[in-house]
Amino acid sequence: MSATETPIPIPAAHGERRREYSGQLFIVEGIDGSGKSTQLSLLAQWLRSSGYPVVYSEWNSSPIVRATTRRGKRSKLLTPLTFSLIHATDFSDRVEREIIPSLKAGGIVLADRYVYTAFARDVVRGVNRRWVRSLYQFAPIPTQAFYFRVPLDIALRRILSARAKLKHYEAGLDLALHADPSESYKLFQSRLLTEYETIVQEHGLTVMDATLSVEAQQRRLRAAIRGSLPSPRGRGGRPYA
Amino acid sequence: MPRFSWYGDGMPGVSLEDLTGWLIVIEGTDGAGRTTHIDRLRLELERAGYAVAETGLTRSDLASRGIRQAKRGNTLGANAFNLFYATDFADRLQHQILPALRAGFVMLTDRYIYSLIARAIVRGADPEWIRQVYGFAPKPDAVFYLRIEIPDLVPRVLTSGGFDYWESGMDIRMGADLYDSFVKYQGALIGQFDRLAQEDGFDVIDATRTVDEIHGYLWEKVSALLDKNPQPAWSPEGV
Repeated sequence: MSATETPIPIPAAHGERRREYSGQLFIVEGIDGSGKSTQLSLLAQWLRSSGYPVVYSEWNSSPIVRATTRRGKRSKLLTPLTFSLIHATDFSDRVEREIIPSLKAGGIVLADRYVYTAFARDVVRGVNRRWVRSLYQFAPIPTQAFYFRVPLDIALRRILSARAKLKHYEAGLDLALHADPSESYKLFQSRLLTEYETIVQEHGLTVMDATLSVEAQQRRLRAAIRGSLPSPRGRGGRPYA
Repeated sequence: MPRFSWYGDGMPGVSLEDLTGWLIVIEGTDGAGRTTHIDRLRLELERAGYAVAETGLTRSDLASRGIRQAKRGNTLGANAFNLFYATDFADRLQHQILPALRAGFVMLTDRYIYSLIARAIVRGADPEWIRQVYGFAPKPDAVFYLRIEIPDLVPRVLTSGGFDYWESGMDIRMGADLYDSFVKYQGALIGQFDRLAQEDGFDVIDATRTVDEIHGYLWEKVSALLDKNPQPAWSPEGV
């Protein structure tokens, strides 16, 4: 394996393509327990009530591919390479059938996790950094991407107290870092944090302080996207319901 | 020096030095005779004392069922299909092809990344991108491409059950009906294959020659390849 670590420049074509879309794409990233999903759903509520057509897109949710992903996870068939490819398949299906059409239609697309999740997880699993970036070249570049930065111990406290049992891949047990699921999970998450910091620099993600109160974070998130929003409009000048 | 090299960036954790088997690929559209020739090669190789393994597209434990399901409804995006095939290939590479090559088998492969690259490009994928995606594949020892033109292919397809929806490219509807679409789709595939054949050095075989002629040619090439690269240590002795 070549150890070339130079980031692939994002091809101009993808930047070009985004300008064709009249919609906006906002995405949130962060490790489990960073509170990103809470923030995104609060943002969705606010945008909807302000009259914007909001489309919510979640990681790992294409109905057809999901069955295979579940099968691979349950039978522990997945290697780092197939783990990476099956998630790219799922994501590609959503891009083609959900994200791009919604952007073309002028929607506000909110994505809970985006390509950066794959960049972080797959590289921590040992997949070539350059290869995984080229794999996801088909993804539209977000209008703005937010990274919810949180210290490991806070995220762990939020997650490990609420979750009964960690799943095999979720805990990173396939990496054989530690035999104990919660120890393995901690090591895995701390590696993800390191990888995310590289990604933040490389792709210019907007860093959010995820240790602040929920309300304070939401105020900042709304303020950050306000400038990119068109004025809300609906049929007959009335906002969308 | 390992005999194998990677198609692109390669795969972490795999050492090419460990691959002592042979990777032989037969490419060609449905109806070109791939199965016939793989069966005959397998027989001949086993008669000569070689351990033989086989694989082919969409035969993975992981993704074959999902691909079948997605095909039935034609509800998966075109690019997602490209990547689903890549997932299937990667699973077979790691669970079938590489283990067989490490164990010194002759791996006969019914189509390889080239078919997948060609079908993706015909469906609008960026050629450079899809080739990078398959950068984790080892380059085969030999790629035999059974080349057949549409006028010779059509009667074979008609006598063997007619035009298949996917083999006619109906998911991207290249023509008004199955036949029109088949002609355009297969024509586009042949165009891609001809380009790949040049770039990646395929051995191009005229698939309209007789089965015996083609088999004779294949066996001559394959046995020369095996003789030229004998296996270290536990090489199979001629029976």
